[in-house]
Amino acid sequence: MSAKVPPLFESGAHVKVRFAHAAGHVRTPAYVRGHRGVVERLCGSYANPEELAYARSGLPAKPLYRVRFRQEELWPDYRGDSSDTVDVEIFEHWLEPDGGTG
Amino acid sequence: MGGQPAGPAEHTEHTYAPWEKRVDALLVLLSDKDRRHMTVDELRRNIESLGSASYETLSYYERWMHSISQTLIQRGVITVDELGRRIEDVKRRATRGEL
Repeated sequence: MSAKVPPLFESGAHVKVRFAHAAGHVRTPAYVRGHRGVVERLCGSYANPEELAYARSGLPAKPLYRVRFRQEELWPDYRGDSSDTVDVEIFEHWLEPDGGTG
Repeated sequence: MGGQPAGPAEHTEHTYAPWEKRVDALLVLLSDKDRRHMTVDELRRNIESLGSASYETLSYYERWMHSISQTLIQRGVITVDELGRRIEDVKRRATRGEL
């Protein structure tokens, strides 16, 4: 994959998932939208599946991150341990820097 | 579907019918680097476009069959008419016990 976008976030960066409802194929689960997490790692850059889903090239390749969320952040009625987390892989265009408290 | 309320996940081993294995193989062949007739992303999109009612009633590989057909029609690889005639042909052969 030659054409790529340089990654915006580093491991440990605090991010917030955009709260958006696109009318089409997206790869960002609804349950993380609008929530805050921390970049666990950059997974690499990949053709954008939201474009591939409509038979287009998906290029330039977009950075994909593994983002770690606290379960309590995602599920208001979560009853497990407060240190429990879940990792979700999210493309960069769904993430914005989170400067606030999270 | 993704993140919606649902019952507990059932962890069971499946045995696959021969037609299910054929559907799986079909996608592998259609999406390989020599053919590129479709992507797994299009497969997912057309499964999502089933709507929740059909999604719940169809089996896993029935969803794949629906999605593969729709994708190939959208891409112009096959036509609605070709698919319809082929289905009728297969039904006739099945009725005669030829399959």
